Amino acid sequence: MTSLILRTTARYLMPLLLIFSVFLFLRGHNQPGGGFAAGLVAAAPFALYSIAFGAVKARHVLQVRPRYLIVTGLLASVVSGAIGMSVGKPFLTGIWGYLYLPGSGKLEIGTPILFDLGVYLVVIGVSLSIIFALEEAE
Amino acid sequence: MNPLLILPILIPLVTAILALLFREARNVQRALSLLGALGLFGASAGLMFDVRRNGIQAAQVGNWPAPYGITLVADLFGAIMVLLAGIIAMAVVTYSLVSVDAKREEFGYHSLIHFLLMGVCGSFLTGDLFNLYVWFEVMLMGSFVLMALGGERGQMEGAIKYVTLNLLSSAMFLSALGLLYAMAGTLNMADLADKFSDISASQPYGVVTTLAMLFMVAFGIKAAVFPLFFWLPASYHTPPAAISALFAGLLTKVGVYALIRVFTLIFVQDAGFTHNLILIIAGLTMVSGVLGAVAQKEFRRVLSFHIVSQIGYMIMGLGLFTPLALAGSVFYIAHHIIVKTNLFLISGAVEKLGRTPVLKKLGGLYQAQPMLAILFLVPAMSLAGLPPLSGFFAKLSLARAGLETGQYIIVSIMLGVSLLTLFSMLKLWNEAFWKPLPASAIGSGGAAGMGNLHTWLISVAFLAAITVLIGIGAGSFFSIALLAGEQLMNPQDYIQAVLGGAR
Repeated sequence: MTSLILRTTARYLMPLLLIFSVFLFLRGHNQPGGGFAAGLVAAAPFALYSIAFGAVKARHVLQVRPRYLIVTGLLASVVSGAIGMSVGKPFLTGIWGYLYLPGSGKLEIGTPILFDLGVYLVVIGVSLSIIFALEEAE
Repeated sequence: MNPLLILPILIPLVTAILALLFREARNVQRALSLLGALGLFGASAGLMFDVRRNGIQAAQVGNWPAPYGITLVADLFGAIMVLLAGIIAMAVVTYSLVSVDAKREEFGYHSLIHFLLMGVCGSFLTGDLFNLYVWFEVMLMGSFVLMALGGERGQMEGAIKYVTLNLLSSAMFLSALGLLYAMAGTLNMADLADKFSDISASQPYGVVTTLAMLFMVAFGIKAAVFPLFFWLPASYHTPPAAISALFAGLLTKVGVYALIRVFTLIFVQDAGFTHNLILIIAGLTMVSGVLGAVAQKEFRRVLSFHIVSQIGYMIMGLGLFTPLALAGSVFYIAHHIIVKTNLFLISGAVEKLGRTPVLKKLGGLYQAQPMLAILFLVPAMSLAGLPPLSGFFAKLSLARAGLETGQYIIVSIMLGVSLLTLFSMLKLWNEAFWKPLPASAIGSGGAAGMGNLHTWLISVAFLAAITVLIGIGAGSFFSIALLAGEQLMNPQDYIQAVLGGAR
């Protein structure tokens, strides 16, 4: 049985780390961070949770199977590349559009963020399927 | 951008993703895999026709201009290799549907096959050395898992050797890349060729030759040339036949492709040294491979050593370094990929029918399965180089190129090795097919759990037909190979296609 401290920490760190991963993800656009690092940070609380409560409960908290995260992530990256192709540019060309938000001006949004989201999901999926499999093998 | 350049990479990728999604639904996964292989074949054939008609195709993925962006190039050589990958994909996937067990399929066999194919096609199409490294890794990741998938004892032993040697080669490749980048400031192959063509004999180009040697060792391990081949016969007979057929057909040839690409495009300044060295290695590879094969007593081990010996022929053309010799190499690679994959597919059926890979315990297959026996003879005799099959013309062109350049020693070695290959193919024929089933094995034989043998033979017959076709239409196939050889000898067109103007 794991200690009370670990179990409590695992529960309280979950939202904090997930918010931090979103921050890292968005920061990665122009500064250090991005999908890969953010994905690792997002996988960390679930890994901690599975150490504290076991892989079964951690899978329950995650709700989706890690494999589906991998598939969705890969597909998101392929789609982000294909968008460039669909407008006659080479595969993976960044295509940009603007989103007008009420009150806060316009937001530039493009295919690179979709690609990065794909990386984010793949990293979470891969690291968690490894960690859960190791946890269950014990 | 020409979509045909990216499709041979995208189709396997999407197939692999979808096969991963439907891992539990076995039938959906199998249908997807077959569909993906057919799609890859279609796209690769389209690319081949396009390159044949419109010349070298190049594209910049991500739309960044050439020396900085992700370059994809297909010259005739690259397009031929992609087409061969498409053909092999179709044959191996069809064969896998009947021969690979449900458990392996459930663990993602089909998506791994397609990830591997993506890596192979990426390696053939990339125009950048660092991307070549990345595609190598994609391909190796897939092959590592496929090698170990199933977790049988023999497989694990083979996988350890395979993984260790390949990691060593990758490390060497990566350090060579680092040094090259520090020296030239670019890793785009066309840009490198352009920069290095300025290095004249007056300047010290010792560093370039040193780098060339690093690349030769790195690619030499992957291509399994003398003396770096020992991982191959130690591992290729361990996984199921469909997997070893895919490996035997495509993986080492990626190494050969990289050697030919690099030593025709970039490292040609010191050809007197580097290409003569390649020629010596070619001779030693032929001899050591075939002698190893003669000593083997298991079906697939014999075949594995023959891969090594055949690699010698392929790089012999590179060592001779004339358009005719390179055409011979290209033709030889095409012939070899088809024949060797076919022989491994047949070995799967033989081992299943006889329930053992050991030649001594096999026998009587000609009587029991005459169809299989005849289909074995086609690739086996082609491998030995008997006319009118594809192997004869491949060897003929290499021999002619050798005689034209006055390299009589290598030509006599290659003819001697041909005889030993014939001997070794006849050994397989005599042991497995011709001699009666040994008394000790009677009663234990039989094709339990195999289903109808004819379903196993679809891919075998398909590949055998291609072998015969290449033999009959050797003239027209060889003219394409000759064009590919001329393109390789004159890299200006390649450089122009990549660097000249944005597409």
